[in-house]
Amino acid sequence: MESSRNSLAGVDARHHILSVLVENKSGVLARVSSLFSRRGYNIFSLAVAPTDDDRFSRITIVVDVESAPLEQIIGQLDKLINVVSISELAPEVAIERELILITVAAGAEERGQVIALVGIFEGKIVAVGHDCMTVMLAGTPDKVDDFEKMLRPLGIVELQRTGRVALPKLSHRARLHAVAGGTDQNPADLDRTTPEAG
Amino acid sequence: MRLTGAQALIKSLEMEGVEVIFGLPGGAILPVYDPILDSSIRHILVRHEQGAGHAAEGYAQVTGRPGVALVTSGPGATNIVTPLMDAMMDSIPLVVVSGQVPTTSIGTDAFQECAITSVTQGITKHNWLVTDARDLPRVVAEAFHVATTGRPGPVLIDVPKDISNAQMDWYWPQSIDDLDLPGYRPSTQGDPASVRAAAELILQAARPVIYAGGGILKARAAEALRELADRTGIPVVTTLMARGAFPDSHPLCLGMPGMHGNYTAVTALQQADLLIALGSRFDDRVTGKISAFAPGAKVIHVDIDPAELHKVRRAEVAIAGDCRIVVEEMIEALDGLGCGAVGTGAPAGTAAAERPGLEPWLARIRAWQEEFPLAYSQEDDGTLKPQFVVETLRDMTPDDTIVASGVGQHQMWASQYWKFDHPYTWVNSGGAGTMGFCVPAAIGAKVGRPDRMVWGIDGDGCFQMTAQELVTASAERIPVKIAILNNAYLGMVRQWQELFYEERYSEVYLSPDLPDYVKWAEAMGCVGLKVEHPEEVGPAIEKANGVDDRPVVIDFRTDAFEKVYPMVPAGASNDDIIVGPAEGDGGR
Repeated sequence: MESSRNSLAGVDARHHILSVLVENKSGVLARVSSLFSRRGYNIFSLAVAPTDDDRFSRITIVVDVESAPLEQIIGQLDKLINVVSISELAPEVAIERELILITVAAGAEERGQVIALVGIFEGKIVAVGHDCMTVMLAGTPDKVDDFEKMLRPLGIVELQRTGRVALPKLSHRARLHAVAGGTDQNPADLDRTTPEAG
Repeated sequence: MRLTGAQALIKSLEMEGVEVIFGLPGGAILPVYDPILDSSIRHILVRHEQGAGHAAEGYAQVTGRPGVALVTSGPGATNIVTPLMDAMMDSIPLVVVSGQVPTTSIGTDAFQECAITSVTQGITKHNWLVTDARDLPRVVAEAFHVATTGRPGPVLIDVPKDISNAQMDWYWPQSIDDLDLPGYRPSTQGDPASVRAAAELILQAARPVIYAGGGILKARAAEALRELADRTGIPVVTTLMARGAFPDSHPLCLGMPGMHGNYTAVTALQQADLLIALGSRFDDRVTGKISAFAPGAKVIHVDIDPAELHKVRRAEVAIAGDCRIVVEEMIEALDGLGCGAVGTGAPAGTAAAERPGLEPWLARIRAWQEEFPLAYSQEDDGTLKPQFVVETLRDMTPDDTIVASGVGQHQMWASQYWKFDHPYTWVNSGGAGTMGFCVPAAIGAKVGRPDRMVWGIDGDGCFQMTAQELVTASAERIPVKIAILNNAYLGMVRQWQELFYEERYSEVYLSPDLPDYVKWAEAMGCVGLKVEHPEEVGPAIEKANGVDDRPVVIDFRTDAFEKVYPMVPAGASNDDIIVGPAEGDGGR
């Protein structure tokens, strides 16, 4: 998996991000996830939380487009009655972040190394014990990958990542239309030259 | 006005114009059965909930209105899972209301508790668990809206017992703006540029075929389809789900394509340079091996479900929209390109004037029709051929007779040999292939169209699965007629074992005499008849046609060795169609 990633934004060609606005009702997440399982679509990661409007939640799904064509995944998702709209957030037009919590084996001797790494990556030390430390980092998926890779040789006791969340870049926000559930402007038509601001 | 949830539910069904409910009561749905006594809605008490579901499907298929079924929680609800799946596959509008244990008991493994909304998530267009009696009228209105608009399909409303008993203030949503469906916006109009592109492709094609599917019937587009075919002179194949959508007697009708389609329909699709797929979905039973299907054809695909477009076969022109509206738009676009009404010549300089002539293509088609017609041979004193029964029945019944069938060989013979000249006269289970569909579906069809003669063409295996609903039919005075093509086998499986498993017959023999179908029919309050010889077929049908106060069952003892041909073996290319039994292997 590591080797297949390109450097663009931590997402290789087979992984696409869908930002799915759904009704905030019970059972909706189950409807979405069971659709993926019954049609054989693979999910790479999935994050869900209410939006500022409590009638709706946003599910950020990183889908594996090798398991099915993206247009078919979007088409089937859009048939779910509780799905309000779907946007594809191509890496070039999206700001992506992920959070990682790692408890790493670090006694007195290794503690300095961990503190240095946390400093370089601009993470945080959350807790310190005799033989362990818990640290966190929020950043682009690439950066989180690298952080994890650097800490791994020390011995990872426990690790949890949140999965990706994403929003369109400010420069694209006005022009980014939903690919389903709204007008059907193709996100591929969007200008991809603007550098990322954040 | 204060009502109980149960009263509000029944009143909501009345507001939706429901005339008939097929159902069977039980504990959790008890409160809902009480107001039925005071309602204008007719309730038909089935003997098994599966019967309620298929009857509601039959009703929906012949009337175009949603079928309604009412069942209790737990096993009542799971017994209707098969009809829900069947209706999902064939896009049939169905509203199922199930009882549920009280909200306070949900999650405790209470008596007859089953999380039926979870179970049916993938086989309903949508479902609802009602947790507040005040939601009931709105949810019923939403359910009917979802079931009948866009691509039609089944929905389920799960109503806990305490919600049925709770009091609420009656109201009725005045418009769809009062519904809570922010994510549901089915589109019906075709994109004008795509419609024009489709019309241009149509006028460039030398070997076009219209591949008409069940969506034509769902969209009430049979007339529009006929106009399109007449105007363009393009031949039409009608899939299993579209039989009757275009009249079999029309010179441009090629009949059914697919695994057991006729040679001409199958081969015309294979050799076409343009497929105009209207409300059809490139089902594997039509395409055979998909990579070898219609290799030289461009595709225009019209479907109301955008997810069907490009799903199986990429289309050059894909149009999401209602088939009737889009076909009418296409006709208008053709008009604009000079392809006017029948008999009017194309003005010079228009696309229509440059159009290649279809005569060579139609001549090829006619040659196939002559060379490879559907065929069987009935000896006067030989065993009774199932096709002969179907043809005799067809010839002895009114043109607009409704035919229901189960699933298997008898279904294919019925589809092949009946002449469907009217839409909504063919009721069968296509996508799901649900054995046992025939009897309850025929009952539902007769309830929906009491003015029509309704015949079921069933197999002996299928009949044994749901025959108990004939008790319902007798009790409710629903005079359906069932022709059992009794070959004493699970015939289609037997056919595959003969052809592909070296005649090793594994668990397919049923016996012609066990059960005794005549006695069984009589025990269920029907007229029971048995036919063994060709010369008895006509008189028995005549007798059955004369019975109008109870159901009739005719046990036709047919040739167990007869196989359905033509046949494209599963996974094979449609080019490898087997037209008939090999030399000397015919009437074994």
